Amino acid sequence: MIHFDQELASLKEQLLIMASLAEAAVNKAIKALVERDDDLARQVKDQDSALDRLEIEIDDMGIILLSKAPLASDLRLITVAMKISHDLERVGDEATTIARRSVELSQEPQLKPYVDIPRMARMALEMLDDALNAFVHGNPEKARAVIPRDREVDLLNRQLHRELSSYMIEKPTTITRCLNLMVIAKSLERIADHATNVAEEVVYLYEAKDIRHTGKGQDQPE
Amino acid sequence: MNAAMTTGEETNFPPARPGPQSAPVRTDVPAPRGAAVAPKTAVPALAIRRLCVYFGANQVLKEVSLDIQARAVTAIIGPSGCGKSTFLRSINRMHELIPEARMEGEIRLFDQDIYNPLVEPVIVRRRVGMVFQKSNPFPTMSIADNVTVGLRLNGVRTRSVLTERTEQSLRMAALWDEVKDRLHAPAISLSGGQQQRLCIARALAVQPEVLLMDEPASALDPLATAKIEDLILELKRDYTIVIVTHNMQQAARISDFTAFFYLGELIEFDATRRIFTNPAKKQTEDYVTGRFG
Repeated sequence: MIHFDQELASLKEQLLIMASLAEAAVNKAIKALVERDDDLARQVKDQDSALDRLEIEIDDMGIILLSKAPLASDLRLITVAMKISHDLERVGDEATTIARRSVELSQEPQLKPYVDIPRMARMALEMLDDALNAFVHGNPEKARAVIPRDREVDLLNRQLHRELSSYMIEKPTTITRCLNLMVIAKSLERIADHATNVAEEVVYLYEAKDIRHTGKGQDQPE
Repeated sequence: MNAAMTTGEETNFPPARPGPQSAPVRTDVPAPRGAAVAPKTAVPALAIRRLCVYFGANQVLKEVSLDIQARAVTAIIGPSGCGKSTFLRSINRMHELIPEARMEGEIRLFDQDIYNPLVEPVIVRRRVGMVFQKSNPFPTMSIADNVTVGLRLNGVRTRSVLTERTEQSLRMAALWDEVKDRLHAPAISLSGGQQQRLCIARALAVQPEVLLMDEPASALDPLATAKIEDLILELKRDYTIVIVTHNMQQAARISDFTAFFYLGELIEFDATRRIFTNPAKKQTEDYVTGRFG
């Protein structure tokens, strides 16, 4: 089993590399927004292809491992790794979106100090970090605890959306900036969704229970 | 050679009935996980309770209890020496052919105690057919004669019945099209895979209710194996099948339930999909992922 175990370890390693790249991309994109740093934003866009490559590589490794007909926890690990890599690739894409929009925002004066967006970003990133730590440390309880937090991020996104809408109506000259901010908030909301997906996959990996689409970290009826 | 093929006096043990078995509709949801006993359908094909088998002083099976569901495939897996084949042979009383063999416990075939002293083993072996790892057609007989040997030994002489049953059995074993034009050719002229299907036809000809298979495809190439597996999936519509296999993926492909044995004990018994995606016991997990020992 040594060779197969090594191959599984290699798959896990690639996934963790992908995870830290995705988290770094989001962090950088928010930093680019807050500091109005176009160079940093450009880096985020350029580095997205690394995530795309890793997703393809992990899928390739996964298929080869599946062809060896693994069972039980090995089988779950491989299928979960393939799914998590897809979520991480999408997180990278959202980071790129945030970076693009921050470049546009830096062309005009800043509307007001950014408070809610960095807060949303922190929440989403903590969710992602906790879900990935749960994966690394085999802690499905920690993963389950991530899921209800998605609602908070959704509410914050909606609140921001309402505020920005009012702003746009009052001051039409701010429309472009408000729309860009709305897109950024939406991207962060999606990142939280992806973190939730990762958490659900981690529960499946360690407990073989499918808790998707229940919204509260509960099990599917059997 | 299945020792059912001798004439014997019928006892009060009712003979096999052809066609669909008197079994209830199969459900797919087994009993709570970890239970040693399978789903609580009305009458299991086989109800095994506290089965112990000894060869001399050596205890080979230890207090095995489980229900084998009718018209389903149950796979028996476990490392060499765990008692799988002994378990199989105790179901049709073939272990009795081994000197110093002794059993305790109970096995009921559709609620009839097959170890009742009034029951003749040969009758049991007619209702519970067996196919072995190494196919064993009678080398001096033709294909057709191999199929009907059990019937003829049981006194069936009518040519039309024999002919009809030959075709029926060979069709059920997915061999008819390949041999219909050479039924009188020697059985050993067939390929390995065909010989194995011939042995299945031979077992089916006496219209058993249960079919036991001891690694039926392990000596065959992948294509022949695939044909046997397909055949098993067809046969389970009408027969209860218990199959011993070393090949976990085979068990995952064709069985509905899987029993994991180790050192003579039944460690875990559950729906196949659970055993192979999320077994309850660490020993089972270690065995199916190849990390045993």
